[in-house]
Amino acid sequence: MPIEYPRTGGLVAEHKAVRGGVGIFDVSHMGDVRVRGRGLGAGLAAVEHITMNNAARLAAGQAQYSAMLYPEGTFVDDLIVHRLGEDDFLLVINAGTREKDVAWIQENTKGFDCEVADWSDAYTQLAIQGPRAADVIRKLGYAAVADLSTYWFAYATICGRSDILIARTGYTGEDGFEIYVPSDIETSEDVWRRVLEAGREFGILPCGLGARNTLRLEARLPLYGHEISQDINVWEAGLGRFCKMEKGEFVGRAALERMKSALTRTLAGLEMVDRGIARDGYRCQDEAGNVIGHVTSGSPSPTLGKNIALAYLPPEFAALGTVVCVQIRGQKLKARVVPTPFYRRPRGQEPGGGKGHSSAPR
Amino acid sequence: MTYPAALRYTKDHEWIGVNGELGTVGLTDHAQSQLGDVVFVELPKSGAKLEAGKPLGTVESVKAVFEIYAPASGEVTEVNDDLANAPEKINQDPYGAGWLVKLRLSNRAEITGLMDAEAYESYLAGQGASC
Repeated sequence: MPIEYPRTGGLVAEHKAVRGGVGIFDVSHMGDVRVRGRGLGAGLAAVEHITMNNAARLAAGQAQYSAMLYPEGTFVDDLIVHRLGEDDFLLVINAGTREKDVAWIQENTKGFDCEVADWSDAYTQLAIQGPRAADVIRKLGYAAVADLSTYWFAYATICGRSDILIARTGYTGEDGFEIYVPSDIETSEDVWRRVLEAGREFGILPCGLGARNTLRLEARLPLYGHEISQDINVWEAGLGRFCKMEKGEFVGRAALERMKSALTRTLAGLEMVDRGIARDGYRCQDEAGNVIGHVTSGSPSPTLGKNIALAYLPPEFAALGTVVCVQIRGQKLKARVVPTPFYRRPRGQEPGGGKGHSSAPR
Repeated sequence: MTYPAALRYTKDHEWIGVNGELGTVGLTDHAQSQLGDVVFVELPKSGAKLEAGKPLGTVESVKAVFEIYAPASGEVTEVNDDLANAPEKINQDPYGAGWLVKLRLSNRAEITGLMDAEAYESYLAGQGASC
């Protein structure tokens, strides 16, 4: 995926296409790991051991946002867990951490009677995102798409190819789908082309990494290496609602239990007050000039027309309305703590009978 | 793509138009197309002293920040204030309404060291840029 596709308008145009119509992302770089038990629920047990959300409550056909943690309660990676069957799971992981993740999964499921297979190269993953995404999917052959709820998946005939895994998931804060097609060049190119054709009447644009970043930032979705990393724990990142401590033992649980009441920093949303753009890595300061934190991600927001950022700040600076300073090329510029997500898709666009979570990550 | 013959160009894709002792500075069409939509420009104030080859400010697209380098030395006499509210002029009209600053040149000889339109086009072609 390039940063943007200049010939069809570039980053801002792509971002707006997703918010107002539909966009397509080639996200094949992401990883796919299949965990299948060889008997007696070993697959489920393995997944429960290495992830923090509760996979046991997933029905076959359902997915959930989750994370794998180090024993210290910090992030190996975030991921989506898909329950393919009673004891059969597909974990979709980030591209940048793929090799590390696969090794981690293999190492930490050794004690379980299950098979771990890296299926990443077998699939081309495409994300079709936006309020008109469902219309595009319907045109491509999945007539019953309206019955697929957010964070559920199915197998459908798409672009003339049967048994294509299609999940109602995404990383933009809009309704959308991720489809997994066989990765041979001919199939991948044909499907890409057909999606663009089907989406033309809705203004579809191919979207790159730049728009992917501005979209997920507006929706407060974390990016590994920025909001989550091996130095950041679940509570700091504000992802506690995906961490089911009550489910029982999992890697990182004990550390999280200890750290729950000892938060020294928390992820806050910022909106620039002074003219300037806070960017990744910039320092945050109090009025006196003491460094209090740093920006994890920052950029102009094409939807809001403001400059926004996420930053780690001490809890006492993270109350809504607090003014902090951001060091931008030698100048101390003011920013204000604001609620997140910065953007929520409008009500009345909930798919599948309203079971969806409009602010679910990814 | 032809570049205005009256202007001179730098390797960092700035242009300067000279009229007696005064120069007007901007970014070339190649620069603005590489940048994408400009969302923010930081420029010096009137009276600021510029040194050829040193940064005079920054230009930002959504994705990144880039420095703007002074094509020549001198003192800033005028700054394009329109760009504060309409930075997109740099994309839309890079040689006209998208001008950045005007300066009183302190060393006119520096201009002869810059590329003319033909040399700049060759330079771009050598970089693999399509006009």
